[in-house]
Amino acid sequence: MKVADIVQTLEGKLLSGEQLLDTEISSACGADLMSDVMAFVKEHVVLLTGLVNLQAIRTAEMMDIQVIVFVRGKTPTKDMIEEATSNGMAIITTKYSMFLACGRLYEAGIRTGGMRESC
Amino acid sequence: MKLHYEVPGDDFSLAGKASTEVKKALGRLGIDPGIIKRAAVAMYEAEINMVIHAGGGVADVEILPDSILVKLEDQGPGIPDLEMAMQEGYSTAPEQARELGFGAGMGLPNIKRNSDDLHIESAVGSGTKVSITIKLQQGATDQA
Ligand SMILES: Nc1ncnc2c1ncn2[C@@H]1O[C@H](COP(=O)(O)OP(=O)(O)O)[C@@H](O)[C@H]1O
Ligand SMILES: [Mg+2]
Repeated sequence: MKVADIVQTLEGKLLSGEQLLDTEISSACGADLMSDVMAFVKEHVVLLTGLVNLQAIRTAEMMDIQVIVFVRGKTPTKDMIEEATSNGMAIITTKYSMFLACGRLYEAGIRTGGMRESC
Repeated sequence: MKLHYEVPGDDFSLAGKASTEVKKALGRLGIDPGIIKRAAVAMYEAEINMVIHAGGGVADVEILPDSILVKLEDQGPGIPDLEMAMQEGYSTAPEQARELGFGAGMGLPNIKRNSDDLHIESAVGSGTKVSITIKLQQGATDQA
């Protein structure tokens, strides 16, 4: 599924990373605990999180994650958008909760978690 | 090549910044992305630990022909029981750490998993020194 389709599926807003709209993403990870993201994510996932701070952006950067979705209508700060932009990352915001955002992406065709152990 | 960073303990917006800079520097050297990721993740967890547990500290990175050495040193409270601290889920982190997305007791195990060698020296009341070695050959651990 393309990043553009993720934006559409989540009725979201893209705040940075327009150059990634055509990029294919095949797995997703929903997490608020950044240590979990670093411990278990293997593939290049889209990260859905309710954690809206610079550490979320930096964790994604560490893990070569290019696309972050902030759930439940939370808005990232200017600092965060700047850091994401300078890393070439896409930031999407959605009004949906973590549960509904994950559910919508699953329904739309993302079926794997991109984890080291297949979970 | 040597890199040096002061990691302040009182500004959470900077927590992890040194590690992102190291990751970029390693990328410019053309090092294998899997190896860079392991070094960056290990350093990031250790940097966050310095901020949330020890009031900040210093980080030194040395890139040698065969390895990356990352040393993080703080003058914090030290770790009384290292064996216990290394266990997944063990944490004394304050609530603030959870707001950062950390503090679930996964940091030290993450550091260990990503390092080829990990050495921690800690003395209660005087501080902690974490030394991480990442070898520059492929396939040393499972996350490459
Ligand atoms: N630099 C440090 N200074 C003092 N204590 C530390 C330091 N690093 C780790 N610790 C201790 O080890 C425990 C486990 O660390 P870690 O696995 O990173 O989990 P967390 O940071 O989520 O608590 C911490 O809760 C803390 O008690
Ligand atoms: Mg930690």
